[in-house]
This record gives sequence, structure tokens and C-alpha cells, in this order.
Amino acid sequence: MAEISKPRTMFEKIWARHVVVERPDGYSLLYIDRHLIHDGSYFAFQRLKSRGLKLRRPDLSFATPDHYMPTNTRNKADIKDPNAHRMVTSVAVNGRETGITVFDVGDRRNGIVHVVGPEQGLTVPGITLVCGDSHTSTHGALGCLAFGIGQSEVIHVMATQTLWQKKPKAMRITIDGRLGAGVTGKDVILAIIGKIGAAGGTGYVIEYAGSAIRELSIEGRLTLCNMSIEAGGRAGMVAPDDKTYEYLAGRPYAPAGAAWDAALARWRELPTDPGAQFDREVSLDGRDIAPMVTYGTSPEDVVPVTGAVPDPAAAPDAVKREALARSLAYMGLQPGTPISEIAVDRVFIGSCTNSRIEDLRAAASIAKGRKAVVPSWIVPGSGLVKEQAEREGLDRIFKEAGFEWRESGCSMCLGMNGEIGRPEERIASTSNRNFVGRQGKGVRTHLVSPVMAAAAAVTGRFTDVRKLMA
Amino acid sequence: MSHEHRRTPFSVVTAVAAPLNQANIDTDQIIPGRFLSLPREDMKPHLFRDVRYYDNGAPRPDFVLNRPEYKGAEIIVAARNFACGSSREMAVTVLKDNGFKAFIAPSFGDIFFNNCYQNGVLPVVLPEARVSEILRFLLELPGAQITIDLPNQTVRGPDGKIDGFAIDSFRKDCLINGLDEIEMTLAHEKEIAAYEARVAV
Repeated sequence: MAEISKPRTMFEKIWARHVVVERPDGYSLLYIDRHLIHDGSYFAFQRLKSRGLKLRRPDLSFATPDHYMPTNTRNKADIKDPNAHRMVTSVAVNGRETGITVFDVGDRRNGIVHVVGPEQGLTVPGITLVCGDSHTSTHGALGCLAFGIGQSEVIHVMATQTLWQKKPKAMRITIDGRLGAGVTGKDVILAIIGKIGAAGGTGYVIEYAGSAIRELSIEGRLTLCNMSIEAGGRAGMVAPDDKTYEYLAGRPYAPAGAAWDAALARWRELPTDPGAQFDREVSLDGRDIAPMVTYGTSPEDVVPVTGAVPDPAAAPDAVKREALARSLAYMGLQPGTPISEIAVDRVFIGSCTNSRIEDLRAAASIAKGRKAVVPSWIVPGSGLVKEQAEREGLDRIFKEAGFEWRESGCSMCLGMNGEIGRPEERIASTSNRNFVGRQGKGVRTHLVSPVMAAAAAVTGRFTDVRKLMA
Repeated sequence: MSHEHRRTPFSVVTAVAAPLNQANIDTDQIIPGRFLSLPREDMKPHLFRDVRYYDNGAPRPDFVLNRPEYKGAEIIVAARNFACGSSREMAVTVLKDNGFKAFIAPSFGDIFFNNCYQNGVLPVVLPEARVSEILRFLLELPGAQITIDLPNQTVRGPDGKIDGFAIDSFRKDCLINGLDEIEMTLAHEKEIAAYEARVAV
């Protein structure tokens, strides 16, 4: 009689395949298939060298400067801060010394590390992928186990191509029901964080499932998984399907020929088996999700655009009450104010969350034939995204509408390189964190989708984008 | 195993605890992005830069760490989801360089939690109700001390009450013995090479 194996989650399958050493105390040494590196890893290279350690697998490591490169230039010599200049220029130097592939500034493949990985086909189903950046959860959209690590762990991966990990718990978030027009992957993840809280996923790897997730494009899934960290999760993932394979076929680093066929056979085995157990199950109805807007200083502070700023007095506990009161004071908002009456001073469309070609197409569809009434930036996620957008004429639409069309990079998402707002400036931003001071000291960030950001740009306030859609 | 990279072993800490009675304190607040390109030795004064100081550099008297009672504090007690957000390890190192050795909260940002162990400092998870109680005591008795005993896995609060806490034995061993994970892993070279040969990576 054939042995019937226990049904497993996709996460368990990927985990089991990567265990090199298992300790009795629950810790495993996991093999890492891909290590993505950015310019913030400057100090890691330094420490690796000073310890006399060698980078074990340069063939599995890929680097792209993104955080410290200003987005108004492609010339490294324009970087005024000597520390930032050294971090950007060191990537190519370290690449040459260690033998890793670098997509350097000036190379059209350069861009935000979490845009570049999938775009180059470096991110594929079933692998383990890490990067010294919390938004590494993005890559799970293609059905892999991807998570952010700190600098010491970056050095550990450089030296050993492995990491010590305790197996996280598994959570499944199921979203059935068709998403309405104007509702995007960004709104889905904001609605999820609003429901489970910014620490709701702590200790878990989250698998997103259900018909609404299957209906999302790969780029929508990348946005969704990107903000898993904002829900506290170690990683986010979506089962690979035909959309995934179609997206990956022919990408530069994706398998090709016979290797593609072999990979495809393996990938088709990855999705969670029917009957597999999760430690926690959460579900939302896709039909209930509206375009979302954050009002506070944590991504969990979020309401539909049709809603209003909540009243701290109605908060469920003292910690939440005090946090909300402090948030609203920082944000300069009065309880009860309808979201649609909040005026914005500036718009930022970009970041590893929302800077891919579909994001730009969606924003352009709203900008077309209208005029931005506040300063509005478009920062494409990579040189290739920028080129593609220009081929499609999106840059002309944005420029005609008064938007500023910039080079790729992390930019205003985390207020790098002087790309920041002014104190008390209110920004509609497609990025991932509305933290105090994240986009500049005293800056008030509201997280929204690209179409909602474009709607804010052309109306000067938060406007339900569904009213602007033809 | 070489001793060159061993850290100071962690055992028992008795120290003033500073209460940060806020949920979701993020690593951008602990060390804002614009300071991340600084060498570690220049980063120290920028801990909590924007919430701790006015624009002109004068300290905000209402910020806990600026109050004289908390001078020399080595423990931070915070509300839920402490140090969430960015993976920047500087959030741990800048706290450590300012004298902090341990943090107590109902939950932590996942990457910060891991980064603590990499730097020989201890994150302690206690139940939310107990953390709220400790926070109240600390706010009422500024400068009160807490004892964290890692070998016995206990926290003695400012009220004298003792709570046990959980920690993975792997992490505990590394902290108590000041072990370096890279050294430990390099001892598994044979298994790593065998894995690479087996799955052909």
C-alpha cells in the first residue's frame, strides 16, 4: 500500500527542502538560494573583509544600489554626502572583489532591489531568498520563502550561504469575492493590516489565498506580499500558478530550455495540499474592500476613503487610545473628519511597494487629461520599468499633467538623499510606512494605492478614485 | 573554535528601566534613515533623534530618556510591537552603544528581535497585562530598577514581583556563552557542502 503523506503547506514544503542541519531545540540551519544585496550592505562587506571571511557563493548573490542613489540624476558624482557616495560606489568595487553580479547605476537593469529581483527572474518559486531589507517579503508573491534580515545575518549568509532559523508558525489569509473597480493589491494588504494589526502576523509566515488573490496580477501580488512585514509577518507568499509561470518565462535569470521544464514540474508541486493545517486562519471578503487611506502613524491606522478619522475616545484599550491621540496630534487631524475632506500638499508614487509598470499605468490612467494641483513625483522602480513606461508614452502623460518624472530608486519612501517633505507637509504616498518622520522630520504620510495617489494629485485631497474612473 | 569573535557574555542585569509607553515604536524613530550612512561611532548621539530633540538640538524635557532619573538606564520597557519596521541593525547597535542591554515588551518587530541576539542584547517578551503593570510602576516611580536574570529566565519587576520568561535554548546558549553564530556555522562546513552537492545549487 502506498504511504499517504501528511498534507503540507507550501511553506512547509519549501522549508523542509532547505534544511541543512536540524538541532533538537527547534533551530535549523537553512540553505539560502538567493542573496540580494543593496548599497546599505556597505558595512557588511567591510565586516566580512575585516574578519578575513570569504563570500561563499558569489554566483548566488546579486547587488543593485538603490537606497543612497538620488533619483534626480544617474551620475554618482552628483551624490553630495560623502558617506552616501561611498555606499553607492562601493557596490561595484565589492562586486568586482567578490565576484558577485552588480546591476550598477547607469545599467538599465539597476533599480530597487525588490523590483529588480522578480524583473530579472532571480526570484522564482520554491527558493529561499534573503536580503538585508525588511521588504524582502515582496518576493514571496512568486511562491518562494523570502524574508528580510539584519546586517549580522547578511554577513552570515555571505560567509556560509545559510541562516539559523526557528521554524515560524503558518497563517493563511483567505480573500474570496471579487475586488471592485479601483481596488488594488495595496488596498487588500492595507485592509488586512487594519484587521489583524501591525503585530498581527508576528511569528508567522503568511500565505495569501482565495479567489481575490488568484485574480490579482503578479504585480498586485508583489505589492500584497511587500507589506507582510507591516503586518508583523516574517514573510508573505502566494502559491505559484499559470500567471506566475507566464510572468517568469523568458526572464534573464529564469531557467530556460530543459531546465525550465524541470523547474516547472517542481513548481507545480509547491501549492499547499488540500487539508494542510495552518496555525491561524483569517478571512476577508474581497467585495467589502474599498480604496484605503491611512490616517495615523502605523499602517494599522487605516480606513476606507469613504470613512472618517476615528475618535481616540472610542479606542478599545488605553494603549490604543493614547497611541491614537498622539498619532492624530502628529498628523494634524481632528477626530470625525471625513477622509475625503483632507487636503494633501504633495504626492509620491514609487517605492518597492508600488513602482512597477502596472502601478504607473494605473496612475497614468487617472492623470491623463488632468492636472496635478500639488507637487507630485513619479519614481519608477527600475531603469527597465522607466524605459517600458517611456515606450508606452506614460512619461508624456505624467509630464503633461504636471507630474515630475524621475529616475529609479528608494527616494522619498524613506526620506533618503534629501528627498524628503517639509515639516507638517501632508503626503499621499504609495510607499509602505507612515511612521513618524519616515519621509522627513514632521512629515505626515498617508499610505494609498497608485490610483488613489494620482487622484489626490489631481484633486488636491483624498478623493475616491472610483469617482474619477470613466 | 576561535575566541576572537566572542561577545561579552550576558548573565544578570540589574538596572534602571526606562518606560516607553507607546505601541508600534518603529526603528525609523530609533534611528532615522538619514543617519544610516554614518560610521557606527558617529551614530550614538542620534538615538531617537527626532522625538528626543527640538530642531535647534535642545532636548525635549518630556522625552523619557532626557529625564535625569533615567540617566544610566540599561533596560527599556515598551508597549506592543516595539522596534517594528525596517531591518536596520543600527536600531540595535545605537541602543547598545547608548548603554541598553535588554528590552521588555509584549511583542517585538521580528527582525529587530533577531538582530538583538546578533549583538548580545536580550529582548524579553512578557504578557501584555504584566508589561502594562510594569509600565505603570515605572511611570510612578521614575528611576526604579528591574533585574533580568537570563540563566534563571526571570524578570524581577520594580514592584518586586518575579515573572518567568521563555527563550529558545539556542539563543540562550549563544548569549550566555557569547558565541558567534558564524563560527558555529563554519563548523558545519561538511554538511553545507553535502547539501550543495545533493541539491545541485
